[in-house]
Amino acid sequence: MAELSNQLMAAAVLAYLIAMVCYAGEYAFGKRSRIGRAAIRPVEAKQLVGAGATVPADTVPADAVPPVVVETSETPAGRDRGELVGRIAVGVNVLAVLLHLGGLVTRGVAADRMPWGNMYEYILSTTFIASAVWIGVVLARPAVRHLGLFASLALVVMLGAATMIAYTPVGPLVPALNSYWFIIHVSTIIIGSGIFLIGAVPAAMFLIRNGYDEGKRKFPYTLGKHVPAAVTLERLTFRLHAFAFPLFTFGALIAGPIWAEASWGRYWGWDPKEVWAFISWVVYAGYLHARATPSVKRTVATWIALLGFVTMLMNLFGVNLFFEGLHSYANAG
Amino acid sequence: MTVVEQRPAAPAAPPPRRTNRLWALLRNSWRQLTSMRTALVLLFLLAIAAIPGSIFPQRAVNAERVTQYYQAHPDLAPWLERLGGFEVYASPWFASIYLLLFTSLIGCVVPRLLDHVRALRMAPPEAPKRLERLPEHAEPFPRAGEPAEVAASVARDLRRRRWRTKVREAEDGSWTVSAEKGHLKESGNLLFHFALLAVLIGVGFGHWYGWHANRLLVGGNASGFCNTLTQYDDSTLGPRVQPADLPNFCLKLTDFDATFQSTGQPKTFLATVQVTQDGGPAETRKFTVNDPLRLGDANVYLLGHGYAPVLKYTDRFGVSQTKVVPFLPIDAMQTSEGVAQFPDVNIDPKTDKRDSTLQMGFEGRYLPTAPTDGRATSAFPAEDNPMLYLTAYRGDLGLDVGTPGSVYSLDQGQLASGELKNVSGTRPHALKLGGTWTLDDGTKLEFVGTRPFATLSVRHDPTQGLVLAGAVLGLIGLMLSLGGHRRRVWFRARRNTDLTGSSASSGGTLLAAGGLPRTDYPGFPDEFKAVVKAAEEGTP
Ligand code: HEM
Repeated sequence: MAELSNQLMAAAVLAYLIAMVCYAGEYAFGKRSRIGRAAIRPVEAKQLVGAGATVPADTVPADAVPPVVVETSETPAGRDRGELVGRIAVGVNVLAVLLHLGGLVTRGVAADRMPWGNMYEYILSTTFIASAVWIGVVLARPAVRHLGLFASLALVVMLGAATMIAYTPVGPLVPALNSYWFIIHVSTIIIGSGIFLIGAVPAAMFLIRNGYDEGKRKFPYTLGKHVPAAVTLERLTFRLHAFAFPLFTFGALIAGPIWAEASWGRYWGWDPKEVWAFISWVVYAGYLHARATPSVKRTVATWIALLGFVTMLMNLFGVNLFFEGLHSYANAG
Repeated sequence: MTVVEQRPAAPAAPPPRRTNRLWALLRNSWRQLTSMRTALVLLFLLAIAAIPGSIFPQRAVNAERVTQYYQAHPDLAPWLERLGGFEVYASPWFASIYLLLFTSLIGCVVPRLLDHVRALRMAPPEAPKRLERLPEHAEPFPRAGEPAEVAASVARDLRRRRWRTKVREAEDGSWTVSAEKGHLKESGNLLFHFALLAVLIGVGFGHWYGWHANRLLVGGNASGFCNTLTQYDDSTLGPRVQPADLPNFCLKLTDFDATFQSTGQPKTFLATVQVTQDGGPAETRKFTVNDPLRLGDANVYLLGHGYAPVLKYTDRFGVSQTKVVPFLPIDAMQTSEGVAQFPDVNIDPKTDKRDSTLQMGFEGRYLPTAPTDGRATSAFPAEDNPMLYLTAYRGDLGLDVGTPGSVYSLDQGQLASGELKNVSGTRPHALKLGGTWTLDDGTKLEFVGTRPFATLSVRHDPTQGLVLAGAVLGLIGLMLSLGGHRRRVWFRARRNTDLTGSSASSGGTLLAAGGLPRTDYPGFPDEFKAVVKAAEEGTP
């Protein structure tokens, strides 16, 4: 079973790679595809409220009307190849997620417990959530499909890193982890972190697209040419983060302390893992604040979200490798 | 995006007067402090300030590591100490950041609470003149009935959908319905921020009024302890706790059960204790890892366990003494190290004088399961093949000097000075369970057996409940806040004066509608359509 899990994970990584290549293919077809065209359609800066209109108290938010990506009815005669490759990419991506899920499930069966007992399994689960959420987003809103290249790239890198530096053979749980709070605490953190992780993709692409829109034409900004419109990206970023934040809050700042109280006698002890969860939480709270403050630019707010991503990586990889703490499941290898 | 409601600007300040300068400065600083930007900056400072605590060892987390750090970096450590690097979360600079943040928070949320209460009591505002300029609007449509009736009916319908509504008559005889929804967003936001305050207060009081202490408790009826400071190995009382405040209870470890997987990984631990509270009857309670023993004013947590060999020493005069000495585990297989010291032996019964050169000390390892290959590390954490490896020392143990020594190792000074000498050779002597070791001077050491011990942490945090309640309320507020949407819709009912038709005389009403989402809310267009559709159909 453990062997099967490893094989499924290898297959999943391979499938992510193929999906990535397909996404890249569609990307290369650029604006010939429908998505590509939608992406570069300039956002209509609609004049929402005319002068003299007596809108009470406050102004209408400039993006109150979502920049709906209009599905143009006619695709040019002759199959739109970019479109086709894009659809294949999503298909392969779905397959990759299923393989990933299979890898997790077989791992859990092999160990006869939830597959969250050590750092390797933890990263596997978090990336699975990230990946599943990404598929959910892309199925619900095909307009953001161009992000797939970057989403699958991020997943491949993280899975590769997990396999290389954190691989751990299947083993049982230490009794300290044997508690239903273990399931509640870890599962909510994994879901929250997974969504935060994938949220960094639209965040980064928003910054790139925004730079492109401002006329920057140097390397990273050229990537912005075919991704969805900046407003779409920014809103997607916010919604993912706003969804993940309460989950993470619950997992890290409520369930975690409850369990720590029962197991170690104190609900909060500034163990390195706790410190970094706190830091991530404060940074993401900063992001939500910044975004709610009209005088703070959206780009600044989004940089804060990316900073949050860095702190999450620190929590996933760094804390486990550099520091020694009470979180025994954090031990690498 | 969220549009933060602008509070009306303060009325123009009176002409500046000298005496007002200080006041103005104070007021400006306060405004600065309570602005969202300052809150952002402080949040960042807090995040950055937390980092050193994960890099440098923290005394509150692991004091031993701090000592190690001192040894490894003798130059750097004193400096770090001065900067609070080993006690980051209790340092003045860390405290100053969160106190500023929370001052800012109070200054921010109290006025917002007042505003919000005011907003809750105010009727939804009058409709804008031109509904068709709102982001959502509907072409005017006819409905039967007088404008006043139609307006009332629309309002009734909206109220049923839990909108707050207000019907007004305009000067030109038309009627407007103003409706508003989503105040829960701001309520949730305020709840969240106030809950943060509650958490901080709870944490602070917990620190002042809480206490904790540790104790290694050997199993068996002879060795219990009571909840007084002198009976603990170490303890920390909050600044507002007196030793006499500790609740009155006594504990005895009657049984300790550990089971292990074949790999040696622990499976279960179960401690059985006898508790007497306030001099009441003794009751038997069981607890384990993740499931502490909860007494009224204190909780007892099981942190670890180990074995305490029972050693019987018979001296030159045939007098024997028995000691139960806990050996501390040094690896996951319970290889343990410890020392047994017998200062009051070899006392000549005739003179009754103690000869300090004849005190005995034994130092070494205990292996619950000695491997067959003779290595000196345990192969399994349970006692399948117990074995002691000991070295004997004779001489002055150095226990009388007054400096409290460790009970887990011999006095290094005495060993170095030669006052305490190895009398059993370089190879430790192996002792099986029940075995007896005859030393060079004819005295004997018998390995009688072992007793389990448990390391316990006893703690009391009076505000734990408050902190938890704050955190849960905060989460609820957060979800309301992040999930809520403020939005408004208006209807204007006019007499239908469309003269091209024949309905002019029959009356009837022309109903126009507009809607304004006040926060980022992609679902608003659909909701608006549903509201308008309901108004078109009317409620029977
Ligand atoms: C103690 C640290 C603080 C934390 C962890 C924190 C956290 C948060 C979070 C997570 C949000 C977004 C969720 C929501 O919309 O309710 C938020 C919103 C908000 N916070 Fe804070 N906050 C803190 C301090 C402050 C301070 C000092 C102020 C005032 C200067 C403030 C003012 C606001 C406002 C006005 C919003 C609402 C934004 C909106 O309309 O959506 N917060 N806060």
